Amino acid sequence: MNEIFRQSLFVGVTISLIAYEIGLFLKKKFGFAILNPLLVSIVIVIIALKTLGISYEVYNASAKYISYLLTPATVCLAVPLYEQLELLKKNMVAVICGILSGTLASLFGIFVLCSLFGFNHQQYVTMLPKSITTAIGIGISEELGGIVTITVAVIIITGILGNVIADTVFRIFKIKNPLAKGLALGTASHAIGTARAIEMGPVEGAMSSLAVAVAGLLTVIFVSGFAQLI
Amino acid sequence: MKFLRQFMIILLLSFLGEVLKMFIPLPIPASVYGLVLMLVCLMTGILKTSQVKDAAFFLIEIMPVMFIPAAAGLIDSWVVLRPLLLPILVITVVITVFVMAVTGRVAQMIAQKRGIKNE
Repeated sequence: MNEIFRQSLFVGVTISLIAYEIGLFLKKKFGFAILNPLLVSIVIVIIALKTLGISYEVYNASAKYISYLLTPATVCLAVPLYEQLELLKKNMVAVICGILSGTLASLFGIFVLCSLFGFNHQQYVTMLPKSITTAIGIGISEELGGIVTITVAVIIITGILGNVIADTVFRIFKIKNPLAKGLALGTASHAIGTARAIEMGPVEGAMSSLAVAVAGLLTVIFVSGFAQLI
Repeated sequence: MKFLRQFMIILLLSFLGEVLKMFIPLPIPASVYGLVLMLVCLMTGILKTSQVKDAAFFLIEIMPVMFIPAAAGLIDSWVVLRPLLLPILVITVVITVFVMAVTGRVAQMIAQKRGIKNE
């Protein structure tokens, strides 16, 4: 099986797109929050690879062409952000305080939980960049001497989790303001959370994109201080 | 042709982001530099929204799909992840909810207070 697929440039992309279509279909049909299209498609891809006996390496040799678009797509997040610039200027204080408190809550919370679990320094710094976007997170984990593979896995799990649970969290904590929702999604679960924010509305999407960039930069600034704590 | 020209501008900014990344020794990805460049171009009027908007919104709309390959990579990191799975999952769930709640509440509180003052 692996051999047939190894020769194909299109199989990985095709599997991913079919999985996402199934995810969209299930979401439309049943509408539960847990039937998040992204989560569903990831599960389908993993099951498909396992049952067809395709290795991840073979799948990704084709699927990487989807990931290739991630940088230009992130650059494009500036467009909805620009369209909400007035709102951003008017709420500058709320935006900055929101993202700053969220970033510090993330770093401090990880420090507390890692000490409770008795993590060593390497395991602790592996977890530190977990809330921010993968590209910045990898750089931080490398620089602090963390285990990069785990950092990437944790960042992705965080993103998917944030994407799936956002509506529930907003309901429980009575977060109704679109600006606050967007900032919360971007700060807690980076670009994958932003994908959910964009579905919620233009203000949510713009604020979430902004939060991804700002939270990433703030984490770069604060992380070396926190790294010395364990 | 419209899409091609818009895509060209977006890729050009992505490339300039890569160039900045090569010269600035910080763990900041090319995409963030590119985002800032795009924002600056729009704010200064070098670019009009209409010159990039259609391609930009298309790329943003299909963005969730772009995370599937990386996430499917969890298959390969499973071996490293497994021994630490329980604490890692607990930390991930608790912190994600915590950060989302803190950010959302703080931003909402300030935004509402200022909103009332402005009116």
